[in-house]
Formats: sequence, C-alpha cells, structure tokens
Amino acid sequence: MSDYKPRSVDEIAQCVAQDIEEGMYVNLGIGQPTRVADFLPKDKDIFLHSENGVLGMGPAPDEGQEDGDLINAGKQYITLLKGGSYFHHGDSFAMIRGGHIDLCVLGAFEVAENGDIANWFLGRPNDIPAVGGAMDLAVGAKQVYVIMDHVSKNGEPKIVKTLKFPITGERCVNRIYTDLAVIDVTEQGLVVREMVAGLTLEQLQTKTGPKLIDKTQ
Amino acid sequence: MLNKVTDSAIDAMSNINDGATILIGGFGLAGQPAQLIDALIARNAKNLTIVSNNAGNGEAGLALLLKSGCVRKIICSFPRQNDSHIFDDLYRAGKIELEVVPQGTLAARMQAGGGGLGAIYTPTAYGTLLAEGKETRVIDGKNYVLEYPIKADFALIKAFKGDRWGNLIYRKAARNFGPIMAAASNHTIAQVSEVVELGTLDPEHIITPGIFVHEVVCIQGEAS
Repeated sequence: MSDYKPRSVDEIAQCVAQDIEEGMYVNLGIGQPTRVADFLPKDKDIFLHSENGVLGMGPAPDEGQEDGDLINAGKQYITLLKGGSYFHHGDSFAMIRGGHIDLCVLGAFEVAENGDIANWFLGRPNDIPAVGGAMDLAVGAKQVYVIMDHVSKNGEPKIVKTLKFPITGERCVNRIYTDLAVIDVTEQGLVVREMVAGLTLEQLQTKTGPKLIDKTQ
Repeated sequence: MLNKVTDSAIDAMSNINDGATILIGGFGLAGQPAQLIDALIARNAKNLTIVSNNAGNGEAGLALLLKSGCVRKIICSFPRQNDSHIFDDLYRAGKIELEVVPQGTLAARMQAGGGGLGAIYTPTAYGTLLAEGKETRVIDGKNYVLEYPIKADFALIKAFKGDRWGNLIYRKAARNFGPIMAAASNHTIAQVSEVVELGTLDPEHIITPGIFVHEVVCIQGEAS
C-alpha cells in the first residue's frame, strides 16, 4: 500500500491556474473555482468574466472600499482592473453561449465519462431548484474544466459511467481536476494526465467509476 | 414639454393592478430598485407574476414583496440563496409558484420579448429537466431548445442617472438586467439617484434610450 497525500483546495486551484494561458477569457464558477483567481500568474494578462456583467474582474477590495454595485456572480465584493468593462446580461450571456469565453471552471456533483456534468440540483424532495448561469456556462464555454473531490463524502466515485443527479449539460467537460488526479475527457475515454505522488493507477481506478487510461508518463 | 420625471414612487405605481406581470431588476441587491419595490408593496396589488434573477434576500426589497402575499408566481434563475428564507418558506408551503429559467435564457427571453421576436432557439438546458416537454431542433448539427419570449406589463429597474426624456445610465455591475427589462415591458419605471438636465448625458454613453422608459423616479439621498 503506497502512501499519498490528497491535494488541498488551494493546491487544486493552483494546478488549474498553471494551465491558464495569457490572453484567455475565463469564467470561474461560484465556490471552489473562484479560488483559482488567487493563483493566476501576475505577469500574464488573463481576463476574468463574471456573468452578472463584468469583464476584467480584479481581486477583492480593501476593507472599507466595498461597493454594493460591484459584485461577482457569487455576490462577493470585487474590484475592476484597468481596461475592465461592464455590460448587461444579454451581452454577458452572448459572451458565454456564443463561444467567446475560452474557459469556464465549474464545481460539480458528478461528471460522466462522456463529459456530462451534474452541478445544479440534487433533486431531493425538499430541495429548491436553482440554476443561475450553470447551464449556459456548461454548453457555451469553449472549454469546461471541473474542480471537485475525487469521491463523495461517502467514498463513492464522483466520476461515473452515467449521472445519477439531474444533468446540467451534455458532453461538455474537457478536464477534471480532483484532489487526486488530473483527468482529460476524450473520445477514447478518461485519460489520466497526472496523479498525486505515491498514488497508483490501481488505487485511483478503485475510486473511479469508468475505466481510466494511463498517460501520466 | 415632455417630462417623464415624477417625484413620487407611490404615484408611479398607480397603474399597477391585480394580475400584472412585472419585471424587477437586480442581481442580488445590486441594481434592485428597493424604493420602487417598497411602493409596489404599498400599492398592494394581488396575484402578481414577478420576473427577477433571484427571489429576494434577507428581509428587504423583493423578499418583503414576496412576504406581503401579493405574488402568485415568480420566474427566476436562482431563487435559493443563504438568505432567501422568505421565498423558501413560501415555496415549501406551496404558497408561491416557481418557474426556474437558466440565467442566460431569462435574459434572452426578455430580449426576444423586447425585440419583437416570436421565439428563440437556445443550446442552454438541452437534455435537462428544464427543457422537459419543450420543442427542440437540430440546427447545423447542434441541439437547441425552443423558448418563448417574456414580455411584461411593467418593469421596475434601478439606474444611476436619468433625464426627463427617460435616458438612463447605470452604475457598475448594477446594470445587469436593467436595459433588457426596460425594453421588454410596456411601462418601465426607473428609479435613479440623480436626474440631470437634458443633454447632460453623453449620447455616446446612454445605455438605455428614453424610448424604453416611461417614468423616472428620483430617489433623493440614495447612496449608491
């Protein structure tokens, strides 16, 4: 039994940030994906889009500088970078659906091996459905990366053959970053690009629904 | 001399009657026309259908409108939030009808309504619960869902500055749904923090032209 240490939320966010290139227009979903912003390389121009109508989103304001009219999609206070812009929801979702956003990073309950994603609604009896921009982002962004734990709190795989939760979008996920590995969704299947040190493919496979293809070398 | 500016938010509500469909601007509290909503609560029209991105936060604005019992149905993208307990309780008690619409589809349906289109095909929500029972179509190899326009009797929106012709500019991300809702309603009421002389707003920078706005209510001392 080999010994390995799962990645922290910040370490996963760092992995994603490393893969974002200069000039990309990027939407970071609510929650864990927002953390990616903290690790983006400062020497590159990367444009963060927030679907409530902001392009060129900057970091959180200093204390006392918060402005109720300047928030992100998670309703947190933000700032605007020089060169940033504001626009209405029609333009904002034209950017998303029209394929102008290069990359969207989303959280997920589950991802299927064909790239289907479930991240909007668990569908339990007392749950209130709320979708926001999740379905627009899933189908519209050129690339969709998912950040999530590799298994659920009960230890069940979150990467599955077919979704058990209600679907958000069909065949839209391109890459999955978990606390254990980075996995590409391809025509051939799920390709493991990278794993945490000490973890074997056999171990990873036991925590994953569909068959994995090893390309870590 | 045409003057769309009125002093009283209460007077601006005088044509809103039972059963009206009303678009209410804002994303969370940013751009939510709080003073107009207060006046709408005072109007006490019943059986309203409200279209707004969220279903109210805390104990203010839209949340209080829901609490007042005037709303029969809400059409929104994201009702459930940390502080949406007023909506949550009404919904779970079966006292309010909910139609969940993806955020971009909500915008697009109102744009279709304001722009006179009969319907739109959107790729969003294809294959999901939110497209169940809806017509679909393959266009150029891609799947789309048919969605119908949203057009309303009234829109209540918040802008930053306006003039007596109803031209508006907004402030930062508070713009959100304002310009789209203004176009999608038969009677748009905008609350502004400042009314300026005609000609003061740079025509290159006017976001909502006055043709879409019917009344401008100046909220004095409104801190933006």
